[in-house]
Amino acid sequence: MAEQTITFTIDGVEVKGKAGQTIMQAADEAGVYIPRLCAFKDLTPHGSCRVCVVLVNGRPQASCTQPATEGMVVESETEEIQKHRRNIIDMLFVEGNHFCMFCEKSGNCELQAQAYRLGICAPKYPYQFPVRDLDASHPDIFIDHNRCILCGRCVQASRDLDGKTVFEFVNRGTEKKIAVNAEAKLADTDIDISDKACDVCPVGAIIKKHIGFATPVGRRLYDTEPIGSDIEKKN
Amino acid sequence: MSDTNLKRVIIEPVTRVEGHGKVSILLDEQNQVKQARLHIVEFRGFERFIQGRPYWEVPVLVQRLCGICPVSHHLAAAKAMDLIVGADQLTPTAEKIRRLMHYGQMFQSHALHFFHLCSPDLLFGFDADPAIRNVIGVAAKFPDLAVQGVMMRKYGQEIIKATAGKKIHGTGAIPGGVNKNLSIEERDALLKDIDQMVEWSRGAVKIAKDYTMDNIEDVKPFGSFDSSHLSLIREDGAMDLYHGNLRAIDKDGNKIFDQVDYQKYTDYLAEEVRDWSYMKFPFIKSIGPENGWYRVGPLSRVNTCDFIDTPEAEAERKEFMALTDDKPNNITLAYHWTRMIEVLHSIEKIKELLNDSDLQGTDLVVTGERREEAVGLIEAPRGTLFHHYKVNKNDQVEMANLIVSTTNNNEPMNRAVQKVAQDHLSGVEITEGLLNRIEVAIRAYDPCLSCATHALGKMPLSVSLYDHDGNVIDKKFKQ
Repeated sequence: MAEQTITFTIDGVEVKGKAGQTIMQAADEAGVYIPRLCAFKDLTPHGSCRVCVVLVNGRPQASCTQPATEGMVVESETEEIQKHRRNIIDMLFVEGNHFCMFCEKSGNCELQAQAYRLGICAPKYPYQFPVRDLDASHPDIFIDHNRCILCGRCVQASRDLDGKTVFEFVNRGTEKKIAVNAEAKLADTDIDISDKACDVCPVGAIIKKHIGFATPVGRRLYDTEPIGSDIEKKN
Repeated sequence: MSDTNLKRVIIEPVTRVEGHGKVSILLDEQNQVKQARLHIVEFRGFERFIQGRPYWEVPVLVQRLCGICPVSHHLAAAKAMDLIVGADQLTPTAEKIRRLMHYGQMFQSHALHFFHLCSPDLLFGFDADPAIRNVIGVAAKFPDLAVQGVMMRKYGQEIIKATAGKKIHGTGAIPGGVNKNLSIEERDALLKDIDQMVEWSRGAVKIAKDYTMDNIEDVKPFGSFDSSHLSLIREDGAMDLYHGNLRAIDKDGNKIFDQVDYQKYTDYLAEEVRDWSYMKFPFIKSIGPENGWYRVGPLSRVNTCDFIDTPEAEAERKEFMALTDDKPNNITLAYHWTRMIEVLHSIEKIKELLNDSDLQGTDLVVTGERREEAVGLIEAPRGTLFHHYKVNKNDQVEMANLIVSTTNNNEPMNRAVQKVAQDHLSGVEITEGLLNRIEVAIRAYDPCLSCATHALGKMPLSVSLYDHDGNVIDKKFKQ
């Protein structure tokens, strides 16, 4: 049986999708980029970061989890929604300790790239300067909790793609953080450098050791084109 | 006479010097200068806050100490981290790319130092109206010279961009090598202007030389004093700004030590802490803290080396050394002349490197057996720069000791300030002429006090004059 095609609009542009797709999936295929942070292609979307929120028939919904339906009217790049997105990114920056100037993820960082795409020059909220830990115990992998934005990708990837449970959220509210499944440190877990969990971090919180800055400035992922350009080129 | 019968003069802030400093001048009962001190009143803390960071991050992190010569910190840290990862010998491509980056840095930084920060004093005189004695005044009266300064600095910055990815705070050097080579397109773009840069460099040497010789009677005593000198030196005695061993000479040119492996610098050098400055005072251990201080930088490098391995700079070195019958030159303002000799040397080296096909090689990184402690040394534009690190088995920095060029010149800058104060303070008032002469003495060494205490922005300096009872009788600020 042929897949049912559905038709809806994003910011007035007609988009054709398949029944069962989320708004984000249909938009991606149609070459319309909706900003995101926690959503990742191989992981089940869970709508936690709220960067991808759009208005669906006037109501806010996370586009990574909301199914696309026939005739829906989606608004994404309105000034109001972009303002909300900037606020979210702003808050993520000040909530952690993000020093892009010497972070090896700079140029490849999705948080930084979203900030540039959304035109954020500097956060408007006061820096919180939290005291957070480093975990350098593993010979191949380094965790810098200063940069963690609690997207949950590592938790999901370890569980759903690697078949392990290396990472998990602990605590609640402002105390929430990523913990490792061990008495003490990452070295005590069964994580391996080849695990997918090591490849999904959007920021520089989980990094592979010894290879930082190996890619020259100018050849990094977002040096020449904004994040989302790969999707928009499909259009 | 007790110290209670003294007056104190304080100068703050110093202009056209990056960072923040304070000068205090203490007078005796006869209103003669008893003591002058350059206080560095900033604290930066890099040595502390890089503790715990992964070693491969350090060359990129520590270069944030400075916006004028970040490449020096970048490369000194990278040289230390080379040893941490066991890379005792880099590939020819990596070594030459780093050298190109460093000569580009030396070229742009010296151009900034001379044309932008110091030339107003030399071109207009120390007593000229401050309203015209600045880089804008230079641009108005000597537009060709101003353009040369700007274009020379730009050229050096373009070299840095081509090798480090960015003009300021790039990432080119990584532990064990570099992350890029020089493409044919990048090489050709740089070669296009090289002959113009060589010609302007010759002209810059001439300006500094002519200024010195035309004003030799004033230049000789200005802030001058005998001193030892220290620098890196190549194994054959040649000047080498990127790598070598340590040589120290006394005021007469006798070697205090020579060809010392800088991994063992703590056997030969120590640092003294004084309670009135955040900047430490290094000294040669065998002589002691009282007299073991030394100078670093262009003047010292030209004094310590046996020769320069590029022909035009070598000819200029010989002419320079002839002024003091081949003995060490201890004239403070001669820093400018030697600085321009180094500009010529750097551009000759740059030309040589740009014509070397090794720069297009693709073998960029080597590694070996891990170490836990290493020292990286380089001749930064202002002088010898020490980076010393200990890295634990988890790859985190446990200890860092940075002795920056300005710290090495701490005691000499204090001596220069004291000499100028003694020679030029008349009465109990801080005149504009005195204020600027003190700054001229500091700028001869260094426009950058910021990195030496590990602060951001312009360097304001305050000067205070204290009487013999310790009361402030005059105080001037510049910013």
